[in-house]
Amino acid sequence: MKFLVCISNVPDTTTKIAFTPDNKEFNKAGVQFVINPWDEYALTRAIELKEANAGSTVTVLNVGEADTEPNIRKALAIGADDAIRVNAAPKDAFFVAEQIAAVAKEGSYDVILMGKESIDYNGFQVHGMVGELLGIPTVAPAMKLDMSGNTATLEREIEGGKEIVQVATPFVASCQQPMCEPRIPNMRGIMTARTKPLKVVPATAGAPRTEVTEFALPPKKLGVKLIDAANAGDLIKLLRNEAKVI
Amino acid sequence: MSVLVVVECDKGEVKKSSLEVATYGARLAAQLGTSATAVAVGEASDASLAKLGEQGIAKVLYDKEPRLKDFVNNAYTKLIAATAQQEDAKVIVLANSNIGAAVGSRLSIRLQASLATNVVELPKTEGGQFTVKRGAFSGKAFSDVVLTGERKIIAVKKNSIEAQHEAGKTAEVVAFAAQLSDADFADAPKQVVMQDQAGGILLPEAELVVSGGRGMKGPENWHLIEDLAKALHAATACSKPVSDVDWRPHHEHVGQTGITVSPNLYIACGISGAIQHLAGVNSSKVIVVINKDPEAPFFKAADYGIVGDVFDVLPKLTAAVKELG
Repeated sequence: MKFLVCISNVPDTTTKIAFTPDNKEFNKAGVQFVINPWDEYALTRAIELKEANAGSTVTVLNVGEADTEPNIRKALAIGADDAIRVNAAPKDAFFVAEQIAAVAKEGSYDVILMGKESIDYNGFQVHGMVGELLGIPTVAPAMKLDMSGNTATLEREIEGGKEIVQVATPFVASCQQPMCEPRIPNMRGIMTARTKPLKVVPATAGAPRTEVTEFALPPKKLGVKLIDAANAGDLIKLLRNEAKVI
Repeated sequence: MSVLVVVECDKGEVKKSSLEVATYGARLAAQLGTSATAVAVGEASDASLAKLGEQGIAKVLYDKEPRLKDFVNNAYTKLIAATAQQEDAKVIVLANSNIGAAVGSRLSIRLQASLATNVVELPKTEGGQFTVKRGAFSGKAFSDVVLTGERKIIAVKKNSIEAQHEAGKTAEVVAFAAQLSDADFADAPKQVVMQDQAGGILLPEAELVVSGGRGMKGPENWHLIEDLAKALHAATACSKPVSDVDWRPHHEHVGQTGITVSPNLYIACGISGAIQHLAGVNSSKVIVVINKDPEAPFFKAADYGIVGDVFDVLPKLTAAVKELG
């Protein structure tokens, strides 16, 4: 079984968001980048399934410039076998999906996994675009994934519950909690990751279909209005008469 | 050319988020000088679909194929693509839900369309550009995005537009057959398992949410959260540490890697307010924080706060709600 796991490089979850003075780009100054937390579920589950199925391989794919390589190496340290970096700044979801689909076609992967969305642009789009570009099923968002031969059984989250879905390979799934417990690399993994293959390939043609023209922060809160705990019931009156939300 | 609105239905009724989407689609159609048609997916009654007229929808297309009652990605995509072609829809509007995202992303390839998810307001369409405002960085920012494709797909964030209800207006419900084959149902669900939702209110759709964190000290105390939620007709939620230790199920976990909510009211009980939790709730219209630690960072993001013990405060709040009647 050949697994392809797509990871993106995102600001650490504790990052205070700021933009360049013209508000056209995220300000990367002083920001630590990590593997997108949703993608960690995809990566770890692929590695678990590889370990349970002898002869399987996990390839990590990132669409990004050279500065994403530390996190690609981290994915290799966690247990992926090799990696591919499409050498391009990710322009939009469509552009990224086209790159992933091109790599996937070339490598004939059985299972393509990624996180449900990235925590920076929150598109929740790439999985479906890749599935459609390849003409294969997409299961999103998946909370559980088991493989038996060429058949996968997945739990997909729906509002108020879950669905059990079975699909044959090849397929795409976007992953989320509680699929597995993401792993952290150990020292041995970090050492072996240094020698694992990381192939850099050029981007295929593909024009983006969206363009970000401006970023903005939400308006600042006016400040908290404190209510004495002894008169907690007054809060309910304020919520009804002042805030008008109940 | 028209605006096509995808409405999701469940148990015979149109979902609340789809009433919002229908309103959005009708207003956008008016802005563009055209009309809004809807395509219904899921289990719907003709009467509930006709009521979409109250949101400004003129016509609703509905395929009564029984296997479309549950979500089937490929079949839904084919159905919506067929209606978009028939109606010559240049803009398709759907909910930023699991179904909306799954179908919207496939549709964007099939229809060669630009796609924007998490959209929070009507687009700006002056000067020939089509610009939408969407949430980014897990609710910590917004971005203006120009959709450059000839066709556009917009997934509207829940609770970002209030559904209008113009009493007495009805939509024409028209049968539509998408000519689906068995192959289109290859990824149909084998089983659907519904989870217990406190009070039957779904968290992603809820207007009011009562949420608990580690300060609740254990699952045995959750009745205090549930009592207040029940009195308010609110959904219940929790922070990540709470779902990590299995005090509450994953589907109640709100935050950066959980469910993102934007209700009218979010009441956080015994939650300190880690930046990852705030990312999942900070687009709530009003935030209330109850915590015995006056230094809890959540107070900085709150509109109202009570510095006090949740075990003392929550029963008082529940009693006060009941007094309102």
